[in-house]
Amino acid sequence: MPSIPPPVMPHQPTPVNDVLEALAAQFGPLETSVFRDETRVVVPALKSFEVFRALKARGFDLLVDVSCVDYLEYKGAKHRYGLVYLLASTTTNQRLTIRVFVDDPDPTVRSVVPLWEGANWLEREVWDLFGIRFEGHPDLRRLVMPEQFTAHPLRKDYPLQGRGERHNFPVLTRDDG
Amino acid sequence: MAVGQSQKLELPENVVVSKLDELANWCRKNSLWPMPFATACCGIELMATGASKHDLARFGAEVFRFSPRQCDLMIVAGRVVMKMLPVLQRIWLQMHEPKWCISMGACASTGGVFDTYAVVQGIDRFIPVDMYVPGCPPRPEQLIQAIIDLQDKIQREGTITGREFDTAERQRRKRALVEQSLPITIDASRNPVIQRELADTIQHG
Amino acid sequence: MAIATNEFDSATGGPDGARSEDYLWTLNFGPQHPATHTTLRLVLKLEGERVVDAMPEMGYLHSGFEKIGEHLTFNQYVTVTDRMNYISPMANNVAWHHAVEKLLGIDLTPRCKYIRTIIAELARISDHLLCNGAVGLDTGAFTFFLYAFYQREVIYDIFETLCGARFTNSYTRVGGVSQDFTPLVIEKIRTFVKTFPKTLDDMERLLTRNRIFVDRTKGVGVLTKEEALNRSATGPVARASGVTRDLRRDEPYLAYEDFQFQICCASAGDCYARYLVRMQEMRESLKIVAQALENLPAGAVNVGIDQRTALPTKKQVYSTIEGTISHFELSMSNRGFEVPNEETYGAIEAPNGELGFYIVGDGNETAYRARCRPPSVLHFALFPHLIRGHTLSDVVAVLGSLNIIAAELDR
Repeated sequence: MPSIPPPVMPHQPTPVNDVLEALAAQFGPLETSVFRDETRVVVPALKSFEVFRALKARGFDLLVDVSCVDYLEYKGAKHRYGLVYLLASTTTNQRLTIRVFVDDPDPTVRSVVPLWEGANWLEREVWDLFGIRFEGHPDLRRLVMPEQFTAHPLRKDYPLQGRGERHNFPVLTRDDG
Repeated sequence: MAVGQSQKLELPENVVVSKLDELANWCRKNSLWPMPFATACCGIELMATGASKHDLARFGAEVFRFSPRQCDLMIVAGRVVMKMLPVLQRIWLQMHEPKWCISMGACASTGGVFDTYAVVQGIDRFIPVDMYVPGCPPRPEQLIQAIIDLQDKIQREGTITGREFDTAERQRRKRALVEQSLPITIDASRNPVIQRELADTIQHG
Repeated sequence: MAIATNEFDSATGGPDGARSEDYLWTLNFGPQHPATHTTLRLVLKLEGERVVDAMPEMGYLHSGFEKIGEHLTFNQYVTVTDRMNYISPMANNVAWHHAVEKLLGIDLTPRCKYIRTIIAELARISDHLLCNGAVGLDTGAFTFFLYAFYQREVIYDIFETLCGARFTNSYTRVGGVSQDFTPLVIEKIRTFVKTFPKTLDDMERLLTRNRIFVDRTKGVGVLTKEEALNRSATGPVARASGVTRDLRRDEPYLAYEDFQFQICCASAGDCYARYLVRMQEMRESLKIVAQALENLPAGAVNVGIDQRTALPTKKQVYSTIEGTISHFELSMSNRGFEVPNEETYGAIEAPNGELGFYIVGDGNETAYRARCRPPSVLHFALFPHLIRGHTLSDVVAVLGSLNIIAAELDR
């Protein structure tokens, strides 16, 4: 039978001020903001791997998500692609959001697969749908779209209905059976 | 008995006279073996139709064999995306004649809510379909009604040799392949079938 | 479990000079196969019956959900979220609107919180029933599967009485839900709460101490705690490996703070542990539903009309000026509610794991980016790690216990 821990009263997520102070001490001032009890830190693309390594050493053992936002049509955006890394710590119950901005042409960021193996497929999906290259990724190829697909569909300049790829297949009739 | 005189034939009770086609149809319709091509949510309703509350076994279609060589009814339940369509076509080709296809749900019939770059806007663009079941997802009762209607269709139109699949009516594709209204460019030069269809449309107006 | 040593030494070769690599063969498992839960593909490299490596491939159901999210309003997109994890669509609806309401800064009424908790827990029971039922079906226990499906039909009946659809309900709205609970719905849920434990006992009697089932699932697909965290597993898959993280307790949302329930964990991390964790979680969910039902607060279910988010009732529209203005503001397409130019992430403990939405708002009613964080992707990525060294028949048991839903996987 599964061992059930004794009932505990629910607790709220812990604030991350100590983590922010440690990051500022190690990497200099970083742009931080808070929105609806969620803390976001902007990290430059060149320092991103060291920051993640430091955060993992501080106890952020769960990489919740790696995703990307294409700011092409966003008012007031300074960069085109904003990578979003959501981290969580199961031991101290803290959450942190790291934003890394990259630009065209050839947006590239160092891969965090050596730190968290879960990032493997998440980064492949970002490459597939947005076209952001991850240096050091062991197996960067398309995940959800077919291998022959050439575009990066979730970019803002790709139309919702596609460019006709979905119609481009042979038709079977009754006499082909 | 002189020539020109008609005589009523007296049959004993255990003799049935019928056309060979009707007998074959009766056998085929009452033992349709479905090939569930379940991709998405409609697949769950398909499983629910086969489960104990809405029992599909009552209509002879209990045997959900997953091998295309053993089935004669393909139920495409759920959306079919670009990556999956060659698989669907290959399975359709592997099924033996006579075979029928039910397109279950809005996504398989027309693309449903997903008018996106990846979803095929109706499988009848690429394989021949006999019965469409609307709904998102259709209730199990709707699917059962579709199977009953397909059974009626088989009884009405079926033949023992499968001649009904050779008619010109069946051969003609029922929907246009090229959507003239959307401003998209299709790489039609790679697809000879589209070229043929385009030539037909231009010729016949 | 060590790979059995082959009688051919790979360096020197066997009697006819064949090396052991020549005996490796590749098996394509899927995407159309009864045991792949809808469309996913595995290319297995086998040495006899033993799996040496597995290369999973997904994308056979990728429909562009995230791109659709950029074209539909918040209340329209909930219909699309239904079609993600279609085994428990209510949980997806709750997750989507949880994230949207976090972005908009809306606080729900107590009645709404309790109602959403009840339906989320019923969805959890429905999901675990199907997952365990599928594990049973794949390992040969057909009766178990039919029992599970019958109970799901009872839950479908409850949902149908509530909002008209068996599943794919699209039940939640921004600021509330689409229909309130009626006395008939409450009666049906009460009956379900009374009769379900007995069925669960019957189901447990079929499989939990069944020698064949235990032999097929114990020690198979072991996931250690470190690997679970490294590979971002969440939900029952992680909890069966010893990770005691459950968002209902760690970051309480809706009304979970008011209820007494336990988090189910195990330490073995194999398929049997995942099966047991899910069975126990169903019992805990039933406890939550019973507590919530008896203490359901009275009052309005949608937020007030001054918030300009939820549609007012007809009586308010026809008799108060505020109601009329609210209705006008919400229904006209060039007006609508205020969305800040910010981004946020909101997650709930879905039956499969942590289901979250990262929403970027840009001022209008349509999200600029709606990213879904799917637990199934990370669980499917776990699969090669779990299956190495096991036999071909274990592939099915492991795949079933991970509860991979293709629509959530591919979106």
